[in-house]
Amino acid sequence: MNVVACVQTVLVLLLAPLLPGVINRTKAFFAGRQGPPVLQLYFDLWKLAQKGAVYSRTTTWVFRAGPIVGLAAVLVALFLTPFGKSAAPLAFGGDLILFAYLLGLMRFMTVMAALDTGSSFEGMGASREAFFSMLAEPAFLIGLVAVARVTGSLSLSGMLANVSAETWLRVGPALVLIAAAWMVILLAENSRIPVDDPNTHLELTMIHEVMVLDHGGPDFAAILYGAALKLWVMGALLVSLLIPVHPGVLWKNGLMFLGGMFLLAVGIGVVESIMARLRLARVPQLLMGAMALAALAMMLVLK
Amino acid sequence: MTPAGILYIHPDTPLALEHLPSLAIPAWRTTIVDAVARGGRIVALFGWQDREGHLQVTAVLTHAAQGNLAILSMQASTSYPTLTPDCVQAQGFERELAEQWGIIPSGHPWLKPLRFQAPFADARMSVVSQGTIASQPGVANFFKMKGEEIHEVAVGPVHAGIIEPGHFRFQCHGEQVFHLEIALGYQHRGVEPALLSGPDKRTPHLIETLAGDTTVGHATAYCQCLETLGGTRVPSRGQVLRGIALELERLANHTGDLGALSGDVGFLPTAAYCGRIRGDFLNMIALWCGNRFGRGLIRPGGVAYDLEPERVGELQRRLDQVRRDVRNAVDLLWTTPSVMARFEQTGTLSAQMCRDLGLVGPVARACGVERDVRYEFPFGIYCYVQIPVSLAESGDVFARATVRWLEIQRSLDFIAAQIEVLPEGPIRALVGELKPDAMTVSLVEGWRGEIAHVAMTDERGRFRRYKVVDPSFHNWIGLTLAMRQQPISDFPLCNKSFNLSYCGHDL
Repeated sequence: MNVVACVQTVLVLLLAPLLPGVINRTKAFFAGRQGPPVLQLYFDLWKLAQKGAVYSRTTTWVFRAGPIVGLAAVLVALFLTPFGKSAAPLAFGGDLILFAYLLGLMRFMTVMAALDTGSSFEGMGASREAFFSMLAEPAFLIGLVAVARVTGSLSLSGMLANVSAETWLRVGPALVLIAAAWMVILLAENSRIPVDDPNTHLELTMIHEVMVLDHGGPDFAAILYGAALKLWVMGALLVSLLIPVHPGVLWKNGLMFLGGMFLLAVGIGVVESIMARLRLARVPQLLMGAMALAALAMMLVLK
Repeated sequence: MTPAGILYIHPDTPLALEHLPSLAIPAWRTTIVDAVARGGRIVALFGWQDREGHLQVTAVLTHAAQGNLAILSMQASTSYPTLTPDCVQAQGFERELAEQWGIIPSGHPWLKPLRFQAPFADARMSVVSQGTIASQPGVANFFKMKGEEIHEVAVGPVHAGIIEPGHFRFQCHGEQVFHLEIALGYQHRGVEPALLSGPDKRTPHLIETLAGDTTVGHATAYCQCLETLGGTRVPSRGQVLRGIALELERLANHTGDLGALSGDVGFLPTAAYCGRIRGDFLNMIALWCGNRFGRGLIRPGGVAYDLEPERVGELQRRLDQVRRDVRNAVDLLWTTPSVMARFEQTGTLSAQMCRDLGLVGPVARACGVERDVRYEFPFGIYCYVQIPVSLAESGDVFARATVRWLEIQRSLDFIAAQIEVLPEGPIRALVGELKPDAMTVSLVEGWRGEIAHVAMTDERGRFRRYKVVDPSFHNWIGLTLAMRQQPISDFPLCNKSFNLSYCGHDL
C-alpha cells in the first residue's frame, strides 16, 4: 500500500459529495433555474450528523446495521478503486469479484433494512431494487471480465491502467460497448433517471429513495454519503476505462481523472434533463439491453 | 313526452319552491334511471328540509339535447331503493345523502360514509351511527381481495409532498393494481351548513375557499345564484371581465398541471418552465385584483375591480410574452419520445365508462365525450362568444394533457380577443333582496369541470339550503377505475392527470 494511493483515496473521500452537486447544477441549468449550491450535500451531511435518529419499535438491529454496513462496504470498495490510471491502495488478482460483491453487500443491507421496517412502500422498493440489480449485476460483471481478458490483468487497478491507446485501437468497438453498458448500469445502480428519479417525492414510484424513508439523522447521512461514494467508484471505473493514455505523471493523471469525473457528472445531469423516466415495466428491457451490449463485447474480445 | 312531476328549467332561472312537484319514490327512481340511460347526467342529488320540516330529496339532471335541466323531487322516508346499481353515477350522491340526512338507499353496494361528517338532522343520527359506518376516514372497512400473492398498499393521508390529505388503499398483485379505493373527508369543514341563513358578509369568503384553486369558478357560480334570485342583470362589461378571470384561472391551473405531469415523469425542463409560467398567469390575476387566486374579484352583480386601459395594456403585453413561453415549454413534452412513452396508454378510461360514471371537465373531454358547460349550458359571456370544445379520443394521460393544451390555446385566444373589445359601462350592478321560497341552479365550467351550485331560499329570502357540487365530486371515482390493471408506479402520474380537489370534494 503506497502513500500516494492513500492520499488519493482520502481526496476521493472529500470530493465524492461534489458529484451530486455538479449533477444538480447541470439539471438546474437546463431547467433555467439557479439550483442548489454545489456544496449542498456537504451541508446536508453536516446537518444530519448533528441530529438524533428515531427508530420505529417494529425495527430490529438489521435496520440500524443497514446504513453502517452499507457505508463500510462501499468504503472498502473505494480502497479497491483506482484513481484514474494510478493504482488503488489495495490491489490483488481477482479483486474485481470482491468489488462487485461489496456493492452487492451494500445493496443487500439496504434491502434488508428496508424489509425490516415492515412498511409496504419499503417492501415495494426492496423488491424493485432486488429485481433490477439482479439484471444489472451480470452486465457489470461481464463487462469487467471482458476488460480483464483484453488487458490480461485480474485486478481493477491493473486492468484499467493497462487500457491504453493501443488497446483502444485493437478492441475499440468492444470497449465502447462495455462503456455503454456500464453507463446504463451506473444510472440504474445510482437511482438516476431514466431508471429512478432522485428528486421525486412520490413514494409509489421510487426505487432507492423509498427504501431509506425511515432512516434519519446520522444513519441517513451515512446513506447519502455512501450513495455519493458508490456513484464515485462506479464512475471511476467508467472514466478510467475511457481515458486512453497513461499520463505517467501524477498530477497529469489526477487532472485527467478528476476532469473526467466532472464531465461524467455533467453527462448524467444532461441525461436527466433531456429525458423522462422509463415506465417501471420497461426498466428490465433497458438492463437486458446493457447485458446484451456487455455480452457482445465479451464475444468480440474472445475471438 | 314529459312525465308528470318533472320540471324542466334552464340554469340561472328562478323557480318557486311551491312549484316543485314531489314524485312518488318508484316514479322518481325510474325517471332518473331512464333519463340517465337516455344520456342525461346527474348534476346534483341532495336532501333538504321544506317549510314543514319534511325531508325532500331533489335530483338535478342534465338534458343536454334540449339545453335544459330536469328537476325532480321526492319526499323521503328513512329509506328508499337505491339508484346506484342501475345508475352508477348516483353512488357518491347516495352515500352523501345517507351520511347527511340518514336516508338509507337500501341495496347500495358500497354504503360507506363519504366524508365522515356529522349528520345535518339530529333526529336521524341514530340511523347513521348504526351498522357499518365508522367515525374516522381511513379506519372504515375497505374492499379487500384475498389470495397468496395479493398485497395491500396504503398511502396517506400524510403524504411525502405538500399536498392535500387523502387515503388511498390499493389491492395489488406485484406491481399491478387490481383495485383502488379512495377515502376522503379529511378536509371536511362543514361549508354547506355554514352557508345556511346566508348570504351575509362571510358568504363570499366561504365560497371562494370551497376549493382555493377554483376561487373564480366557485365565486362565479355563487354570484349567478344570487343574481338570479335577486333579479339582477350583470352589466356586459362585468360579464366579459368575469369570463376573462375564469379563463385566466383555467390557464394558470392547466399550465401548472402540464408542468406537474412533466415533473411526475421526471422531465425537468417543462416542469420548471410551466411552474414559472403558472406564476405568470397568477400574477396577471394579482395585477388585476391584488390577489393571485382572484379572491375578492368576483362579487354579486359583476366584478369588484375594473381593468383600466393601462392595466389592459400591461395584461396584453404579458399575455403576448407568456403565449410564446408556454408554447415553447409544452412543445418540449410532445417532442420528447420518453415523455410520450409514459403518457400514452396510461390510465385509460373509455367513453362509455366516462358516460356511466358521469365524469365532467377535461377528464370527460379526454375520453371524447363532448361535455363542457360553456357549450352545453352557456352562461355569462359564453352566451355570445363560443369557445370550441377541446376534445381528445384516447382517454389516457396523453389525452388529458392534450385537452389541457388545447384549452390553454383557446383560452389565450379568447382573452386576447375579448380584452381588445371590452364593452363600456359599469362593471357591477346592485343585487336586490333574494326571492323568498325559491331555488335556482347555476352551472359554471371551472378549470376542473362543471361546478354546480343550487341555492334554495326560505320565506325570508335567506338560504334554506345551499348545495355545492365541485367537479371533483364526480371525478374521483374515475381515477379509481382508471387505475385498474395499471402498474402502481403509474398512480402518481394518473392522479396528476386528473388533479382533483380534496377540499372541493370534502366541503
